[in-house]
Amino acid sequence: MEQVSFQVVVVAVTRLSYFFVLGLLALLCTPGMAAVLAPDRADILYHAYDGGGVEVNGPSILVRKSIGTSVSAFGNYYVDNVSSASIDVVTQSGASAYTEERTEYSLGGDYLHDKTTMSLAYTSSSESDYEAETTSFNISMDMFGDLTTVTLGYALGSDIVRSNADLTFEDTIDRRNYRVNVSQVLSKNSILGFIFETITDEGFLNNPYRSYRYLDSGSASGYSWAAEVYPRTRTSNAAALRLRYFLPYRAAVYGGYRYFDDDWDIKADTFDIGYVHPFRENWLFDINFRHYSQSSAFFYKDLFNAADEFIYQGRDKELSTFTSQTLGLGVTFEFTKNNWQYIDRGTLNFYYDTIFFDYEDFSDLTQTGYPVGQEPAYSFTANVLRLFVSIWY
Amino acid sequence: MLRLTSLLGVFVLLTACNVQPWVKPYERANLADPVMSFSRDPAAESYMHHVYDAREGARGAGVVSGGGCGCN
Repeated sequence: MEQVSFQVVVVAVTRLSYFFVLGLLALLCTPGMAAVLAPDRADILYHAYDGGGVEVNGPSILVRKSIGTSVSAFGNYYVDNVSSASIDVVTQSGASAYTEERTEYSLGGDYLHDKTTMSLAYTSSSESDYEAETTSFNISMDMFGDLTTVTLGYALGSDIVRSNADLTFEDTIDRRNYRVNVSQVLSKNSILGFIFETITDEGFLNNPYRSYRYLDSGSASGYSWAAEVYPRTRTSNAAALRLRYFLPYRAAVYGGYRYFDDDWDIKADTFDIGYVHPFRENWLFDINFRHYSQSSAFFYKDLFNAADEFIYQGRDKELSTFTSQTLGLGVTFEFTKNNWQYIDRGTLNFYYDTIFFDYEDFSDLTQTGYPVGQEPAYSFTANVLRLFVSIWY
Repeated sequence: MLRLTSLLGVFVLLTACNVQPWVKPYERANLADPVMSFSRDPAAESYMHHVYDAREGARGAGVVSGGGCGCN
């Protein structure tokens, strides 16, 4: 497994070098309109997720400010307040409902030189049993008369995993992200985006609280639980294509497709389509639909025949075969006013998404009265709210 | 194969130095409209990717976000 991961990393690095050379060459090509930095802006967002016995909410504050004409700095403060009585914690032996808080800080900056933007960012995330640090670097270049933008990205992640149930437990995860993003103007009304990303992990990749289920004739329920064992490496590839088209009456349709696979045998397809419609001077309406489907990991089973039947055994529903559909609605109201000393304009935004999860081979063990292994499949609906104010200055 | 692809890429780039943009700067008003932005609201979009990343096996090729998931 590690040999395979190493080979994939070498291929990814080789690809990265290849695209880097392409990018440098492109940089030497024709001059044109200079690239621009992201505008000065602040977002204050409240988010709330409610579904499957899990509630997560909290704020996110993102502030971006330019320094001179070639540097733009940003900072983000983000909180998840988690209250969980999910099917995993209510059905698995030894687990119990819990509350948790995760706090994340990000700091970063962009440096613009002619048609090239270089970005460096650092993110730190902390919760009682998990610490994560990520450093990322991106270089973005406009080329071919500014019709094409190529971005190369690299991120280095380092996590510490702990368990509140076993205070002696501690392990780590090292993560690398390699990313290529190409944005291409197709016509005066359409733009295409392509993203390819390889991610490699090494370390303790399973959830220390979760267990797998196996047949046990000695148990009253007919099954028992044992701690999951995941492989310690994972390499995944994802490629996405996105398209936006401007309609004659000032509106836009957009859509995308993402293909994903990894060396855990998970394959996934994601389709999304949406429509943005401005109304009068100040309103913007957005409606979108997303379909997601995945196959299960090679070590996933809803019910194993015995404890330690295989080297790796897991029963996380996130690794099972399932589909989800999302229906999203968004409304934006833009406000502008003369004589505001520092503020150019702002928006009030309300976004609401409903996600329907349908699992194919993950049983709902809250349903009783069924023979072991013949319980109905689990499904649940989640609602996601994003309420935010954006200000440009 | 990679060498051949690299050479082809270098050739395309060198010849592309003389490519004339087929969409002129004055024809890009529609593309600059906020409705055409891939990421109109970065904080809000980053959050949705976080929601999906924590609940799906697939990951990547979305917006960049930090580690940790608040989902243990």
